[in-house]
Amino acid sequence: MTAVLDTPAQDTTPAEVATFQVTLKVRRYNPESEHGDAAYWDTFTVEAHATDRVLDALHKIKWEHDGSLTFRRSCAHGVCGSDAMRINGRNRLACKTLLKDVNPDKPITVEPIKGLPVVKDLVVDMEPFFASYREIMPFLITSGNEPSRERIQSPEDRARFDDTTKCILCAACTSSCPVFWTDGQYFGPAAIVNAHRFIFDSRDEGAAQRLEILNDKEGVWRCRTTFNCTEACPRGIQVTKAIQEVKRAMITRAF
Amino acid sequence: MPDAPGGTLYRGREGMWSWVAHRVTGVLIFFFLLVHVLDTALVRVDPEAYNAVIGAYKTPIMGLGEAGLVAAIVFHAFNGIRIVLVDYWAKGPRYQRVMLYVVLGLFVVTMAGFLPRHLINVFGGGH
Repeated sequence: MTAVLDTPAQDTTPAEVATFQVTLKVRRYNPESEHGDAAYWDTFTVEAHATDRVLDALHKIKWEHDGSLTFRRSCAHGVCGSDAMRINGRNRLACKTLLKDVNPDKPITVEPIKGLPVVKDLVVDMEPFFASYREIMPFLITSGNEPSRERIQSPEDRARFDDTTKCILCAACTSSCPVFWTDGQYFGPAAIVNAHRFIFDSRDEGAAQRLEILNDKEGVWRCRTTFNCTEACPRGIQVTKAIQEVKRAMITRAF
Repeated sequence: MPDAPGGTLYRGREGMWSWVAHRVTGVLIFFFLLVHVLDTALVRVDPEAYNAVIGAYKTPIMGLGEAGLVAAIVFHAFNGIRIVLVDYWAKGPRYQRVMLYVVLGLFVVTMAGFLPRHLINVFGGGH
């Protein structure tokens, strides 16, 4: 049955959305500009609506003020994980951060995420991040013949790793980690989260191999439980908890 | 790569700052232990020199240093237990912030018991 309105629609014209001036302080880097190899701050003031996100303000700057401002974004709705950046000192997705939530009365600082080489403005080289991701073998590993039907799993077994299936690989967690900033060799939270997703999957048989990889000197034991990753995750994944579960699995499954 | 990759300071929360404090107190304690091993080893070399060195510690400045040392050790010890629980207790990550406030509470209580007595000894001239 199709849903119908019982009462005639009332006047639904929305109230006028308030507009205000917002200042963005953007950390920029362009080796081809007159600034050369030095990063510098650029300040822009744009008009924004109360419903706008930081990404909308960046768009406005790029489309109306300075077309050379460079940043990544794809879906612009918190799904693709392209626009992780450091907004007011914390890693967030620009498309999920409302201007009104980051105090638009003061200039909002926008910087590239830390720990990865900056290519231009807010764009960083994600290759070291994805290299770690590939290393933990983020795919189902099984043995024997392929079954002729689905691989059945109980709801409880599925719930075991539900939290870590939400990762969108935006690198907000890995680039919020003090260990990763000083030592780019560390696997980083995102790789461990994606290993967790398979280690605790009852259908997967590669857990021992993944634990072996993460038992490395640069593996899970480098985690210093600063909880920056858990705070930064735009998907609300309990990242530090997942890392801790991998650490404990390493000990309990060794005996 | 830009020349100055820094930018602003990352605004981490309790977890990050407790880690920073744990590092700082850990390094302080390490340097104390280094000096402590050296001055105690002196007693085997020359008891006279040992007495002179220990005597030099009984100054108000060293007394304040001792207060700082005890503060560093107390924080490092309590927070160390918190870190062990975060890693090995299933509910540790969920209660990490609560546990930090417990650590700070225990720190205040311990220091409140120690500091007055210690400062009277240092500045009271009783010895």
